[in-house]
Amino acid sequence: MKQIRNFSIIAHIDHGKSTLADRMIQYAHLVDDRQFRDQILDSMDIERERGITIKSQTVNIPYTSKKGEEYELNLIDTPGHVDFSYEVSRALASCEGVLLLVDASQGVEAQTLANLYAAMEHNLIIIPVINKIDLPSADIERVKEEIDQELGIDPETSILCSAKDGIGIEEIFEAIIERIPPPVGSGDKPLAALIFDAHYDPFRGTIVSCRVFDGTIRSGTMIRLMYNNAAYKVEETGIFRLKLEQRKEISAGSVGYIIAGIKTISDTRIGDTITFDDNPVDKPLAGFKEVKPVVFSSIYPIASDDYQSLLDALEKYKLNDASLVYQKDSSAALGQGFRCGFLGLLHLEIVQERLEREFDQSIILTSPSVQYRFYLTDGTDLIVDNPQYYPDPTEIDKAEEPFIRASILVPERYVGVVMKLCMERRGVNSRLNYPSPGRIEITFDMPLAEVVFDFYDKLKSVTQGYGSFDYEIIDYRESNLIKLDILVNGEKVDALSMILHRDRARERAIRVCDKLRDEIPRQMFKIAIQGAIGGKIISRSTVSAFRKDVTAKCYGGDITRKRKLLEKQKKGKKRMRMVGNVEIPQSAFMAALKTDDE
Amino acid sequence: MNIEPKTAGLYIHVPFCKTKCPYCDFYSITDLSLIPSWLDALCKEIDLYQDIFSEFGSLFIGGGTPSLLDGNTLDHLIKTIRAHWSFDSNIESTIELNPDDVTGEKLRLYRTLGINRLSLGIQSFNDSELIFLKRRHTSEGARKALRLIRKAGFKNFSLDLIYGLPGQTEAGWLTTLKYALSYEPTHLSCYQLTVEKNTPFGLLKAEGTLTPLNEKTEEMLFLTTSQFLEAQGFIHYEISNFARSDNYICRHNMKYWRHIPYLGLGPGAHSFSNGQRWWNYRSLEQYCVSFTEGANPVEDLEILTPEQVRLEMIYLGLRTKEGVSLSRVEDTILASTAFADMKKGGLIKVDKGRIVPTRKGFLMADRLPLILSD
Repeated sequence: MKQIRNFSIIAHIDHGKSTLADRMIQYAHLVDDRQFRDQILDSMDIERERGITIKSQTVNIPYTSKKGEEYELNLIDTPGHVDFSYEVSRALASCEGVLLLVDASQGVEAQTLANLYAAMEHNLIIIPVINKIDLPSADIERVKEEIDQELGIDPETSILCSAKDGIGIEEIFEAIIERIPPPVGSGDKPLAALIFDAHYDPFRGTIVSCRVFDGTIRSGTMIRLMYNNAAYKVEETGIFRLKLEQRKEISAGSVGYIIAGIKTISDTRIGDTITFDDNPVDKPLAGFKEVKPVVFSSIYPIASDDYQSLLDALEKYKLNDASLVYQKDSSAALGQGFRCGFLGLLHLEIVQERLEREFDQSIILTSPSVQYRFYLTDGTDLIVDNPQYYPDPTEIDKAEEPFIRASILVPERYVGVVMKLCMERRGVNSRLNYPSPGRIEITFDMPLAEVVFDFYDKLKSVTQGYGSFDYEIIDYRESNLIKLDILVNGEKVDALSMILHRDRARERAIRVCDKLRDEIPRQMFKIAIQGAIGGKIISRSTVSAFRKDVTAKCYGGDITRKRKLLEKQKKGKKRMRMVGNVEIPQSAFMAALKTDDE
Repeated sequence: MNIEPKTAGLYIHVPFCKTKCPYCDFYSITDLSLIPSWLDALCKEIDLYQDIFSEFGSLFIGGGTPSLLDGNTLDHLIKTIRAHWSFDSNIESTIELNPDDVTGEKLRLYRTLGINRLSLGIQSFNDSELIFLKRRHTSEGARKALRLIRKAGFKNFSLDLIYGLPGQTEAGWLTTLKYALSYEPTHLSCYQLTVEKNTPFGLLKAEGTLTPLNEKTEEMLFLTTSQFLEAQGFIHYEISNFARSDNYICRHNMKYWRHIPYLGLGPGAHSFSNGQRWWNYRSLEQYCVSFTEGANPVEDLEILTPEQVRLEMIYLGLRTKEGVSLSRVEDTILASTAFADMKKGGLIKVDKGRIVPTRKGFLMADRLPLILSD
């Protein structure tokens, strides 16, 4: 039997993870050079464009060692964003070792460290790889020193590599088979397999990616998913070779897929344990956690008659993204829509983009919100993630908002700007750590609401890309929360309402009013835009009316031209929402939700 | 407004000018030696439509500069037309003239050929404005042409005027208007200057050397024009058109706005019939070549969907005092706040089952249909 190694590649963003994966796949000739495209594991357009991995992908790479022994190496690719850290942890739990990629000129970065800690938590063997040694700015000695001092790893174990030029690839393969231990476990024991991913195939249903720790799965096996105790009959098992490659069975130690008539991937839980239905293991594999959304926003179709089409799109989308949750919602301004929960703002943006691109939906999203907690004077309390359900202010005894502990790693020179940014975002309890000379870890307690919007982008901008950021939700803290309403010609646009800290209200209200003024096209009447807390107006702006909108001449020849223009304008109107007598374009809703001026 | 018979209109495009005006985006060329080949091709085009149209209620010879055509050319053209189609006994026959080309002899010829309406491209009575517009005539030339027209006994003539020029004041524009009225025209076309993209003015605007008037002044001038001319007894029957009485409303142009069929002949001309619109090549060369190749000069044709017909009826109707029938507009729109706002804002009135634009509504004529055709 072939020997197995299971590993993952972890790296700071842009340190070359996808390129290295590409090179290893090419080395094994899994795909014709002609058919090869960069970032082969990142199959979504958004992933390629943004240069990030959103869905994990797995590939089984055959390798014949220098000694002539045959191996099957399972590379489990991991998502690269803080929104998806749980998925990363399940992918790592499926490995015995990792390649820790460090850029030869950038050196050790914050995510390198965060990833290393994650790998260490899972007791994985770590193989440091110094990538991009072809770069003129490569400074291998300095990077080795950082690996030694900041990561505490023997720098002499590092492999030098240029994934771009294909240098060092064979050494990496040899290191994987020599240093990473083979998986332990027995194919004869009761089944214990970890679900680390699942995706939906329109023809085959849910395809579950799993790591088998004990036991053997083959078609016909009755399996049970331990979290919801549902039993399924396995139809097919196999491994990932960029495409699905059917195998008679997958057994202890291997990584592969299962197709078992599971209708939607929502029936599976990442981190859940698969066992035999008739001979289950006593307890599930450790580490299962139900992923909970932290950011909430409602999605509405731009044209209200597209509601059904949006519902269909969400159902289809959900087949492939179990972490999106949604339920029906309605708004006076926007009609029928859906309240959705997301893992973070990036997740929200991805859902939005994919609904628009892949499902051809024109949608409006409402202001993202976190979950606030209100204690009422009658002694009850409630959780509110939708400004529509903001309680009557006279009945609020106490309000609380979720706080996170932010951990930011930056080169020392950026401490000032980062401290300033965090304080602007109501950060408290700052602490500084010096993990190594020149580098500082800044921790802050901050309201989640201040972080979910554009904090990460802002941080990257003030630190010129050097800042890295991770957070965990710690607790709820008392806060002076109000609801800000936006009125257009006196009519409340409920989709633009938001709950926020009183101190932030005025500044935010002014910004939203100005953004709307810039985005709402002039109409036949003057449009007043106001921000209000309760009945009190705190900001206003005006869109002046058209004085004239007429073509002087319109003879025989101009009729078609003019009609085509009207048809185009009418189409544009379909991308607008009427609020009272005002047409608000989708772009205005979008702009109003952005907190920043850029 | 009088309802004239729905007989089709005939438009002849004469694509020749001595000089090009920098604001004009109609198709025309300055090589007058091509007039014979144009006439040749035009006569062939007339043949194409002999059986498709039978009778016309209006003839409009426009351009370009039709007054550049010599007597023989025009005579041949009109005789060929008359040999192919019959004319309504009450036909309105218009020709466009450049003041510079007007002579007693020409006017006599027009009369002999049955032309009973003249449209004179005055544009302005202010010489510096005429220079800005690069017209080849002067205000004195315009006055001379008008004297000749009156002397020849033409009672039914229209003047084309352009206003809203950069720097123009209300007083300056009213002076031109008063001058125009002193010659007792039966019809005025007052066009607010529109800077079209692919014209010399368009280029000047793009490079920033020509700054159109601000919207507020444009609005004011439009309203002044309408108020002033209505006070003088004119009917403001279309956004840019005024008639001394119902009888002098340009019947040919009304056909465009009322969905009545019209046949346009010549390069760049557009036609409409049987729910179809088609148009000729906007190039004399291509236009002529298409005949020698035995094909036709139609560049493209579109068949209107019922939805498009409805949209056109609404938007064309709203360009005129006739407005649009309530029955063309969906009930949900009539019940909407947007519709109520349009009435409240004084942009439209509902009168005898029709939605009629007000003077202020004319200023929004491109916007109203967006609401009414939802």
